[in-house]
Amino acid sequence: MQINSPEFKQNAHIALHDASLQKALGNLKAGFPEKRAAAVARMPEFEQLRDEARDLKNHILENLDIYLEQFESKVVENGGHVHWCRTAEDAQKQILEICRQVDAKTVTKGKSMVSEEINLNEYLEANGIQPIETDLGEYILQLRHDHPSHIIAPAIHLNLEDVSEAFHQAHHRPKSDDPAVLMKEAREMLRKKFVAADVGITGANFFVAETGSTIIVTNEGNGDLTQTLPKTHIVVTSIEKVVPTLEDMTLFLRLLARSATGQEFTVYNTLSTGPRREGDVDGPENFHVVLVDNGRSDMVGTEFQEMLRCIRCSACMNHCPVYGAVGGHAYGWVYPGPMGSVLTPQMIGIEKAGNLPNASTFCGKCESVCPVRIPLPKLMRHWREKEFEKHLSPKAVRWGLAGWGFFAKRPALYRTLSTTSNWFLRTLAGKKGKIKKLPLAGGWTDWRDMPAPSGKTFMQQWKENKR
Amino acid sequence: MSKAEILGTIRRGLGRGTPTDGQRQAVMNRLQAHANNLVPMRAQKPHDEQVELFKTMALEAAAELIELDSSAQVPQAVADWLDKQQLTELVSASDAELTELDWSPLGEIRRVERVAQAGDQASITTSFAGIAETGTLMLHSRGDSPTTLNFLPDVHMVVLKRSAIVGPYEDAWKKLRAKVGDQLPRTVNMITGPSRSADIEQKLQMGAHGPRTLVILLVDE
Repeated sequence: MQINSPEFKQNAHIALHDASLQKALGNLKAGFPEKRAAAVARMPEFEQLRDEARDLKNHILENLDIYLEQFESKVVENGGHVHWCRTAEDAQKQILEICRQVDAKTVTKGKSMVSEEINLNEYLEANGIQPIETDLGEYILQLRHDHPSHIIAPAIHLNLEDVSEAFHQAHHRPKSDDPAVLMKEAREMLRKKFVAADVGITGANFFVAETGSTIIVTNEGNGDLTQTLPKTHIVVTSIEKVVPTLEDMTLFLRLLARSATGQEFTVYNTLSTGPRREGDVDGPENFHVVLVDNGRSDMVGTEFQEMLRCIRCSACMNHCPVYGAVGGHAYGWVYPGPMGSVLTPQMIGIEKAGNLPNASTFCGKCESVCPVRIPLPKLMRHWREKEFEKHLSPKAVRWGLAGWGFFAKRPALYRTLSTTSNWFLRTLAGKKGKIKKLPLAGGWTDWRDMPAPSGKTFMQQWKENKR
Repeated sequence: MSKAEILGTIRRGLGRGTPTDGQRQAVMNRLQAHANNLVPMRAQKPHDEQVELFKTMALEAAAELIELDSSAQVPQAVADWLDKQQLTELVSASDAELTELDWSPLGEIRRVERVAQAGDQASITTSFAGIAETGTLMLHSRGDSPTTLNFLPDVHMVVLKRSAIVGPYEDAWKKLRAKVGDQLPRTVNMITGPSRSADIEQKLQMGAHGPRTLVILLVDE
């Protein structure tokens, strides 16, 4: 996938003026946050579960190497294979090799963000293998040569008309404005593909060291058909998704659906353990797990280690005012929203992704809903510091900060200046107390009035009240 | 090559070399203990209440529920349901719990035992456990109950004994380990209601790629 993160500001500007996108984003704001809140209210132990999940993830990360080796030995014991891939390219090549071993022509795919991260579809296509996305959202995007804008609702940037048009073009059937009809159409079209595919590729929400199992969590059942019907099942997943036992997996499952869609439980939670057994009459004959690192191991022991707790629920972006305003594509790469603003600089470099950790109001909503309590604002701040240290921040930001620093170190001067500017802004605002236009602050005043400072400065109040 | 690099990077990050025997043993002990994490209160109730909770949650997840006094009533209930939907074929799992029943009430409806195929109307399987906490069925693959039966047909009918209902997921894992030992079957399914998607404008539509209808036959015996 092409990287557009350096153009975040321009992307955001375009997104804010895109009426169709703004309409589609309205569905997000009304949906996920309310559903999550209702699900959380029904689970009195939710906050305790979050604490336990954070602690368990920390334990896993402290023993990550041991759990990964244990998982591998169990997969092999069950008759499967594990492939360790340091980079996205390693993973692409490994998957292609497995496909070639079985002479694969078509590959069905369950939804997998890691496969987006390693740009798998384009790579397979370039090598003569046809990947077929089977998740409804991903299928729509593939027909449109588009990419996900959200990690669990990939087509959230589209409206019904867009889907209708894409299906009409691809299936040559009359257009419909009924989502049920469109879904039925996708079901019919994909049925044959499920049966004909040589290889099925899925992701994994978690994998279990105790048993050597991988688990997918889906509502549609497409992932299950993808991994049950073809002769070969490839799981592409990333190293931080290991959990010790089935009981530990259960802790995360209790949090995942509630945090993500607000469901009590996702419809299909499916464990895959090795290939089919002697006596089984269906299921794949070959089972491969492709373990992708792609920069994750480098986060261990750094200020970004906490990001490896992420279980990809999407609660942070669902509650983010910036994501809600501009959508996922503006972020310019695979992972959008607050979690993406921390992860993307690690994966594509802060040089390209520097805008993302700055695209935050630091309202803290993301951290307050994160099921594994990742301090996302703090981690974004770390990236801002790194960006500043590397002299990557724009001149205006550097000069602005240097200027502020100059005054902040001289309290008397700072007070004089803040009292004067206070007076200036109030005069500018007049009786209404609101500023309609302010030089250098068009980015704010074009959209809304700037409230004038109310009354006295903090230091003046402190002096008067002695507190 | 990649493996050594990945593990090496993790170990450097953790500020240690290859784990000591003691560190490995601590992890192995944890893996073998199968200790529960927090189990919500809602899942810790007497069995009768668990059954009620299972029913409530399964219905909330849009499953259909048919309650029966005994297994012997299953064929008639299945026949009635299929008749009402004007379905003419039933693909069945071949475990004894199903095959030993008298299926003559099916009449004209054809009953076959095989893996599922694209286009199948309805299937029937048993369920190894019901999880009250969220109205979830647990099934696992085996020679006489192929996984495709749970996903390809339009309708999935599942026979569940009241006695197989447990409170939390944790009790189902214990039950599963007791039955199959250390090695899990190829597939373990947890199923909560029929297939659905909200990928078009976040509006929920039932029946995406899996069964459009999930019928639970809850048997008291």
